[in-house]
Amino acid sequence: MSYFFSKEHEWVKVSGTTGTVGISEHAAHELGDVTFVELPQVGKVVKQFGGLAAIESVKAASDIYAPVSGKVIAINETLENTPEVVNESAEESGWICVIEMSDPSEVEQLMTKEAYDAYLKGL
Amino acid sequence: MEQLKSTPLTSHHRALGALMAPFGGWDMPIQYEGIIAEHRACRDQAALFDICHMGEFIFSGDIVKDGLEDVFTFSVASIPVGRSKYGFLLNEAGGIIDDLIVFRLAEDKAMIVVNAATADNDFEVIGSRLKGGGLANVTGVTGKLDLQGPHSRVVMERLFGAAGSNLPYFKFTTAKILGFEAIVSRTGYTGELGYEIFIPNEKIVELWELILSDDRVKPAGLGSRDLLRLEVGYSLYGSDLSETITPLEAGLESFVNFDKEFIGKGALLSQKQSGLTRVKVPFKVGSRRSPRHDYTIMSAGENVGIVTSGAFSPMLGCGIGIGFVPPNLATPGTPLTICHDKVSMEAEVCNLPFFKGGSLRS
Repeated sequence: MSYFFSKEHEWVKVSGTTGTVGISEHAAHELGDVTFVELPQVGKVVKQFGGLAAIESVKAASDIYAPVSGKVIAINETLENTPEVVNESAEESGWICVIEMSDPSEVEQLMTKEAYDAYLKGL
Repeated sequence: MEQLKSTPLTSHHRALGALMAPFGGWDMPIQYEGIIAEHRACRDQAALFDICHMGEFIFSGDIVKDGLEDVFTFSVASIPVGRSKYGFLLNEAGGIIDDLIVFRLAEDKAMIVVNAATADNDFEVIGSRLKGGGLANVTGVTGKLDLQGPHSRVVMERLFGAAGSNLPYFKFTTAKILGFEAIVSRTGYTGELGYEIFIPNEKIVELWELILSDDRVKPAGLGSRDLLRLEVGYSLYGSDLSETITPLEAGLESFVNFDKEFIGKGALLSQKQSGLTRVKVPFKVGSRRSPRHDYTIMSAGENVGIVTSGAFSPMLGCGIGIGFVPPNLATPGTPLTICHDKVSMEAEVCNLPFFKGGSLRS
């Protein structure tokens, strides 16, 4: 299983044809204390880089974009009442949803962990 | 753009890893560990804020004869020595030039504490309204630290003995702290038991380090301060108060004394007679979503007003906000919709304060 990252700071952890999606530790840190996550509906069909969810922190409200196309098959309901889990563990327990990917080759449009770290240094 | 001003503690804030941002022309700490952790520290224990950016003026003279009595919406002459009072400096139209606190230092001496962004203008306006006496801007040499939270009294007692710790609310005293004359005031901006300490700038670093050496105290930034004040419904100048908002519209008539003269009185009286077209409204959101400054307030599909302050309240577990709407929509229980771009949130008008459990008067 490997992580891929988008320029908008989402990650997807790919296992076969499903991808678990969240926001990067960098993004969580930049947002500050997360106070609300608008989870997508299970069954929602999303396009790569299209709108997926929304997140609010003490500082700002931001959109979360889908790093891959497909259908949402699971959501992390613990974030409804404890969105701070995103700050505590953005790239593990703070996952947002699972997408059944319609085109696994789309990960080629994303960055590996190493490439993403280099991308952050250039920001 | 003028260069940002620094407090004596700016390098300490950076060393503590603070996120810094400009506020009122000053380079100030917004957060250290995190806004919610610092908010929690203040509600549960004690938090220390660098408030050196606020302005302080010293008036010396005859309060009535030299005209200070007529400058603000409240009577300075009737504040007993050792007490302070909150109120407004208004323009001719009744708009709020600033909200401030006057400390009656002596029969013929008062300290005026004002907001940072408005300080220079306040100094000019107040000076122009005086008929005599002296007015000195001591902002540049006066430091201010706020120690706030339920544990602040025991911390004060441990560090400074009896000096000031048993003060009643809105009373202050002068005390020797670190060998210097300091003013310790039982006031604050958090809704918690707390103290504001004024001391010459040269002792600020030492005082900051001394207070933080107590394990019960955490440093807190302006981010948590904004959240703390909103939870108890205090207005923030520049957001909820401005030169185009009157104290009547802002629901703060209790800080206006109509039995005395002040600039703006005529405008307020005629506004009272003609009725208000908009008033401050506190509201709670039905979810964890945060309303924010400048979001639109809707009612029955109509745009009826604007949000001036909003946040997620950790104490209430929901979004809270303050805005301005026509008076008929300001009754508690009235449903409102808060909108911004594609986001909309259902809200309901409530009473202030949002959070009622603070240690303020303990």
